[in-house]
Amino acid sequence: MKFGVVVFPGSNCDHDAFYAIGKILKKSVEFIWHQSEDLAGCDAMILPGGFSYGDYLRTGAIARFSPVMKSVEKFAKSGGMVLGICNGFQILCETGLLPGAMMRNSGLRFICRHVHIRVAETDTPFTCAATKGQILKIPIAHGDGNYNVDETTLAELEKNRQVIFHYTNPEGTADAAGNPNGSMHNIAGVCNRERNVMGLMPHPERAVESALDSSDGLVLFRSMVGSLIGSAKATA
Amino acid sequence: MTAEEYARIQKILGRDPNITELGIFSVMWSEHCSYKSSKVHLKRLPTRGKLVVQGPGENAGVVDIGDGLVAAFKIESHNHPSYVEPFQGAATGVGGILRDIFTMGARPLAVLDSLRFGEISAGSKTTEEEAKANRRILDGVIRGVANYGNCFGVPTIGGEVSFEPCYSQNPLVNALALGLARKEQIFLAKAKGAGNPVIYVGAKTGRDGIHGASLLASAEFTEESQQKRPNVQVGDPFVEKLLLEACIEAMRTGAVVAIQDMGAAGLTCSTMEMASRGGTGIEIELAKVPQRETGMTPYEIMLSESQERMLLVAESGHEREVLGVFRKWGLDAVVIGEVRDGELAVVKNHGAVAAEIPAHPLAEEGPVFNRPIAMPAPRVESEKDWFQFAPEGTDLTTNFLKLLASPAIASKRWITEQYDTSVRTNTLAGPGASDAAVVRIKESEKNGVMKALALATDGNGRWCQLNPKLGAMHAVAEAARNVATSGARPIAATNCLNFGSPEKPEVMWQFSQAIDGIGEACLALGTPVTGGNVSFYNETLGRSIYPTPVIGVLGVLDDASRVVKIAFRNAEDVIVVLDGAGSSVGHSEPSEESLFSSRAKEFSSSEYAKTVGHIVAGEPPTLDLQAEKRLIDCLVALAADGILSSAHDISDGGLSVTVAESCFASSSVGGQRGALGAKLGFDNASPAEFAIFGERGARCVVSVVAAKLAALRAIARQYGVAAKEIGQVTQDPRLRIEYKGSAMIDSPVEALRDVWANLLERLISRTGA
Repeated sequence: MKFGVVVFPGSNCDHDAFYAIGKILKKSVEFIWHQSEDLAGCDAMILPGGFSYGDYLRTGAIARFSPVMKSVEKFAKSGGMVLGICNGFQILCETGLLPGAMMRNSGLRFICRHVHIRVAETDTPFTCAATKGQILKIPIAHGDGNYNVDETTLAELEKNRQVIFHYTNPEGTADAAGNPNGSMHNIAGVCNRERNVMGLMPHPERAVESALDSSDGLVLFRSMVGSLIGSAKATA
Repeated sequence: MTAEEYARIQKILGRDPNITELGIFSVMWSEHCSYKSSKVHLKRLPTRGKLVVQGPGENAGVVDIGDGLVAAFKIESHNHPSYVEPFQGAATGVGGILRDIFTMGARPLAVLDSLRFGEISAGSKTTEEEAKANRRILDGVIRGVANYGNCFGVPTIGGEVSFEPCYSQNPLVNALALGLARKEQIFLAKAKGAGNPVIYVGAKTGRDGIHGASLLASAEFTEESQQKRPNVQVGDPFVEKLLLEACIEAMRTGAVVAIQDMGAAGLTCSTMEMASRGGTGIEIELAKVPQRETGMTPYEIMLSESQERMLLVAESGHEREVLGVFRKWGLDAVVIGEVRDGELAVVKNHGAVAAEIPAHPLAEEGPVFNRPIAMPAPRVESEKDWFQFAPEGTDLTTNFLKLLASPAIASKRWITEQYDTSVRTNTLAGPGASDAAVVRIKESEKNGVMKALALATDGNGRWCQLNPKLGAMHAVAEAARNVATSGARPIAATNCLNFGSPEKPEVMWQFSQAIDGIGEACLALGTPVTGGNVSFYNETLGRSIYPTPVIGVLGVLDDASRVVKIAFRNAEDVIVVLDGAGSSVGHSEPSEESLFSSRAKEFSSSEYAKTVGHIVAGEPPTLDLQAEKRLIDCLVALAADGILSSAHDISDGGLSVTVAESCFASSSVGGQRGALGAKLGFDNASPAEFAIFGERGARCVVSVVAAKLAALRAIARQYGVAAKEIGQVTQDPRLRIEYKGSAMIDSPVEALRDVWANLLERLISRTGA
């Protein structure tokens, strides 16, 4: 089992994802350079946070054209597991692998703090180790995380249960106070219809040790590991 | 430039300089680059120590933190640009200090910002218009710091923010960066080896920032200063991030001989200093310099302060490896010249000599001024100028609420939430969590134990205005105490000296006094000064700022899991005041009468006196460096043994603010729902306000589980520190402070937190920035 962490120029959470997987989960992990079309045989891909290509135009707008994304798209379309965190989520929206788009945070400021998110669905390879309704304390750090989709797509997302995380207050209620950035319906993370591509704005890789104030993010990575083991067994 | 300086140039060159050479000399000999007014005083600072690997004079100071690792750190000002253009001024301040760190081969671990603004709410000395302008500066500076650090990917995790009318048209933006390297991989800015290629890397050179840092920072502001906006550089954190990754990768090829960033005075400073430090000559061809604009003259190219550029010297024959790394990261990298024998720096433009200057005399033999010093007339004050203590038994809750809602004391959450504080997953204590910012060192891991580094900045301008020497000593003592409160052992210091015009003898007196204070305190506390910077001419329309030396102290925590935070953790923990001065909460002194007047004098310089009594007078609190040292050693020992539940030093706002903040922070402790409270009761000979709002140093409020109280007492005794039980942490979220048997403060924690937590947000959102 091998994870790949894509490195775009301007990625700055690449090392954090690498550390979480390599040191905390003790799984094999490799950096994949943005100009490479070779995913090095990785079984799951992570698009990390940061400011790819500076994000001067629109978050993720340039990254989607990079050579590595061609391969990531192919990988995703063939059922490969792709997780986009923060800027990675923005890039997945830009490529169309996930629906929706990000606007500036409603307060028009960058926000970094721990937020609470509630697990809405557990039948994804990213949340299968979590329990439905579980509340996770995970940090956010972004300026453009205000998730928006049109009404039709939103209805479709809900019908297909593609909304995976909601921002909530500490008690688990998805209210306005718990919504840090103005995201529609308090949406913090969504997956594609096939459920093998997921993006979320909070940073689970920053919440993998109690020394960092929370280890609630581990459940995502454990789910991914579990799913990979499961699918390996299924093919065997 | 003075006639005398011009004559010196003629002597060095043996002829008249041309315009390019004159430009080069003028920036190299500017106050900002040459330290001509401060040099003679800076010599008095202690700079040596057994852990100091690199002292002042390089891009950053470097200290040994064990395990073959070193920490590089330095603080620098960007005051003038931040007033002219707050966003870009602050952003490029952060960019500049980050480059200083990674130029040394160290990967940045953290940034701290020490910020001073004019008052942001209207009051007796501040009009609404002024307050609004100050809020606009604050907002721009915060956005600038956040934008640069967040995009670059370094956590901004500490520092301080305070407000005084004197910073109204001259904000202070001091940025500190900390980085980590392997000891044998430290890079210096010393050119070596004739024939080695000189390589320009990074952003293209434009006309921006010509005379930016160098000249903006070398003169005071006048009414026309806003027109200097084009002199402020523009930052691009994305290019800087690429530059960081590329430089670190290039350094690993083994082909980099020397490297220097292009900061103030750009290409001029980097070429001349590298040659001078290496004792070599250098030759560069300006036509090869990547340029953003056409038709730039040699003068413009040499003096441009375009950001995100580096100059490096590579091993001859290996330049391809170096150039390849930069190409990979999509950065310009061009060989623009080579190292030469001798000491001549030759600048050519399309083959024609544009400047020819001996590098060493240019860099090292600039003018040195021993400027006149004059002590200002002593302030004549009597008891009526000092704070009048409230009669015994007065309820002080209302005043306490006022204090908690003053911008200096109020929570800085609104600011620090705009900073990415957790990127790189090393932050063990971000803003406000501990008295110091604490980051762990993953690279130091051995058998599951990691080291951590703690950093704190401090500087009380109001105290320095009243007594520059004592005020400066307090800055060192508090920064070191903050580091120790987090559990780390203070090992080194860096300083940023913000003062008015050196041409004023009174300002030079303040400067000289502050240097003496810093020197004395750093020596006593074992924290040699490893670098820093001097910022003079902090005045607008002839009015100087308060003398504001800002001190950053670095400490090492041998076991990162022992980090101590300010939050109360368990109901029923015992609250203890540790006092390095040996006596209890108050201090015994001879007669009651002189005690009262000395209390009033000292209390008049406090935050409480300023906020509640509208008084700024008297003297900073007395300071006993040996007491500070005892407390520091004691705190480090207590942390190492894992005895403390929490620790928070007594500083701005005194004991009451300290305890309240420990209550506020308790609600973020894992598993805790809502805040804990505290019930305190004690007495001594001082007036109540002095006892609960006084700001004397060498004191710290700690909490311990009852079972560990005996161990705490034993360690305190061993270090000669008094440990006085003053109360208990309570499940009931209420803060009650009884003094001499009656309640001075009694309030639900939430009511206190409300005024404290949301002040900045309210101020900015109500009126807009």
